[in-house]
Amino acid sequence: MSEFVSQLNRRRFLLGAAGFGAAGLLAACSSGGTGTGGTGTSSTGSTGAGATSGGGSDLSGTITGLFMKQAGYSEDHINQMAASFTKLHPNVKVNTEFVAYEALHDKIVAAAPAGTYDLVFIDVIWPAEFATKGLIADITSRIPANWKTDVLQGALDSALYQGKFYGLPWLLDAKFFYYNKNLLTKAGVDPASVTTWDGVATAAKAIKDKAGVKYPLVWSWAQAEAVICDWALMTASFGGKLFDEKGQPAFTEGGAVQALEFMRKSIVDGITNPSSTQSLEDDVVKVFGAGDAAMGLNWSYMFAAANDPKQSTVAGQAVVTEVPNGGAGRISVNGSSALSITATSKNQDVAWEFAKYVSSLEVQTKYISDALPIWKSAYDDPAVIKTAPEFVPVAKKQFNDMTNRPQVVAYNAVSQKLQVAVQKALLGTVSPQQAMNDVKPDVEKLLAQ
Amino acid sequence: MGHVTDSTAPATQSRTGSPANADPPHGPAGPRTSSSSSYSKRFRRTYGTSRRSGGLAALLLLPAAVVVFGLVTYPVLRTVWLSFNRVLSPMPTAPSEFVGFKNFINAFTDSDLIAATGHTIYFTLVSTAAEIVLGVLLGQLMAQKLRFRWLLRAAILLPWALPTVVSASMWRYLLNADYGPINALLTQLGIIGSYRSWLGTPTSAMNMIIIADVWKNTSIAAFFVLAGLAVIPNELREAASVDGAGAVRRFFSITLPLLRPVIMVVLVLRTIEAFKVFDIVYVMTRGGPSNGTQTVAVYAYQTAFSNQNFGYGSAIALLIVVVVLLLAVAYIRMLSTGGTADGGR
Repeated sequence: MSEFVSQLNRRRFLLGAAGFGAAGLLAACSSGGTGTGGTGTSSTGSTGAGATSGGGSDLSGTITGLFMKQAGYSEDHINQMAASFTKLHPNVKVNTEFVAYEALHDKIVAAAPAGTYDLVFIDVIWPAEFATKGLIADITSRIPANWKTDVLQGALDSALYQGKFYGLPWLLDAKFFYYNKNLLTKAGVDPASVTTWDGVATAAKAIKDKAGVKYPLVWSWAQAEAVICDWALMTASFGGKLFDEKGQPAFTEGGAVQALEFMRKSIVDGITNPSSTQSLEDDVVKVFGAGDAAMGLNWSYMFAAANDPKQSTVAGQAVVTEVPNGGAGRISVNGSSALSITATSKNQDVAWEFAKYVSSLEVQTKYISDALPIWKSAYDDPAVIKTAPEFVPVAKKQFNDMTNRPQVVAYNAVSQKLQVAVQKALLGTVSPQQAMNDVKPDVEKLLAQ
Repeated sequence: MGHVTDSTAPATQSRTGSPANADPPHGPAGPRTSSSSSYSKRFRRTYGTSRRSGGLAALLLLPAAVVVFGLVTYPVLRTVWLSFNRVLSPMPTAPSEFVGFKNFINAFTDSDLIAATGHTIYFTLVSTAAEIVLGVLLGQLMAQKLRFRWLLRAAILLPWALPTVVSASMWRYLLNADYGPINALLTQLGIIGSYRSWLGTPTSAMNMIIIADVWKNTSIAAFFVLAGLAVIPNELREAASVDGAGAVRRFFSITLPLLRPVIMVVLVLRTIEAFKVFDIVYVMTRGGPSNGTQTVAVYAYQTAFSNQNFGYGSAIALLIVVVVLLLAVAYIRMLSTGGTADGGR
């Protein structure tokens, strides 16, 4: 089985490599530099040949989609979805391309004027920017009325900007709290105690002393969006806000500073792995999976990854729970994503139909091992719960308790400023309060632009 | 930004190349000039200046003209235009607003850009100096008549042959704090007591990037030196030995002065390349932690593509070009005067 898959991958890669040379040239300046990204294209299905059509539709044309290579639906599964879509619509051809999350935003920007892609995978923080700058199409009129009530709000938020839909909600995600139950037991820590952040700090000290784990906590605190996700959810759970109702900075006081102080203290106390300031989510999976950390925050994909004996030595020991409470509740951060139709796409109808197909309850249920559905009804379906009984009930609760990062046009620039300020506090260059005070005027300037 | 500065590189190379090759006292200078001029005469006779073929010539030049205009001239002109405007979207239909020199004026008071310039200068000075010193030593080693010399040369060339993205990914993996082999090796040898977070703090991360860059680019310095050593007549060294000069004295009094033109060429190429550094930083740290490894090219990229401030990003890119041009001009002057003065002595 695995040999078959790897052969398939290689063949697909070779096929795609030829096509990519031409298709990717224009966008190459944005993505060419990433080692982690890696770009492979693959084409799935062939027009007409051997299609056992059931739909008998009149859709035709070729679309190219740009997807994320990381958490969520896997490359293989997205290609399978494309193949089954072309079976329903024999005159349609769907090309897929994948890049790492870190390269995705810039690739969408660089490729936009050339119209390379018809469909792009966008993060919940991008609709404001991409919509305002004319990169993605307003598809409000296409969205069926029942979606607003049948789809979970977190997923809808990833496609909405100022009440209009700029994409189809596709991937619902939040950060969850994971712990290694064997290490907790070894240190005599009651799992019920890691439901608050103070409890986590106390448990970490016990694990460090009694279970021989040098750094019980590991985080994705590299200078990237990942550090903002952790800080945003901790701010919310400490009862604070990054921005107030008017969209102005609120991070110089209350929960935001407390959260940052908690983060810094965990490094000073030696319970957080110092490599966290250079780590992304995948590093958290690796360190946790190697048994070198006992607790950590991560997206839903870590549940499967940490319990997969192929990539983890602690398979069966990883427990997923809601984010610990800092006083204001067990609040996570919304990490959902949508599929947007580009403004330059010449096949918007095909792109729409494909996106609608892959976000349908039927397809999402089929690939439930990759990601949980965006549809409310799925969470009460015994067949869905059965796929991951330890996870689905936790997710159902957490998905209803999430904070959003601000929807502002200059989000990317604002986030970069905040990433640097947060890292300065984490590295001890300045105090958390000072870091926030220092960055406030810069952020205000960006917001005023 | 790359294409802008790249267009200057070939010019620098060919001009700086010539004094080194045609250094009057060491090279066979005389016959060379005459042979090249007779060659050009012959060329003119053979391929003619027949005016009739002018149309054909223009036709044949057309593809090259399209390529040059499309891939060099147009992007440069567009960058210049962008730098005087406020453009916040990549779309051709996006609105633009003429802002005069505002983007350039902002650049001089932008604390992030000033910090990035500091990092770039540090990176350029340290990496270039290390590459030249190590390059001279490795060049010397490669010039020795050793067994398996081909193997040594191949091993030294290998890092240079790797794409930067590949070598940078490799270094990022080697230096990983939790599962990187460097930590494992150093702790097992007892050199460090516990695992270090090499890329976790700004200063350490910058130095690690420099090490990765030196590892990769010392090769090219070493091969330049090897070529330079090949044209130093053995008689000079033999004469010095006869006069009683030891190996060290021979190196500092004969080899090093005669290598000067070659070292200058390496200096020119490496400083200019180092000042434009982008890929190795982008892959290893993406400018972090806390912007400690952000260089001017990375900053220009982030401003233009991540923050979609294309006008300001272009202005920064043009400022980089100006600095590189100034460096190039300064070096060319140093080379041409240095070359003849040395030769005259």
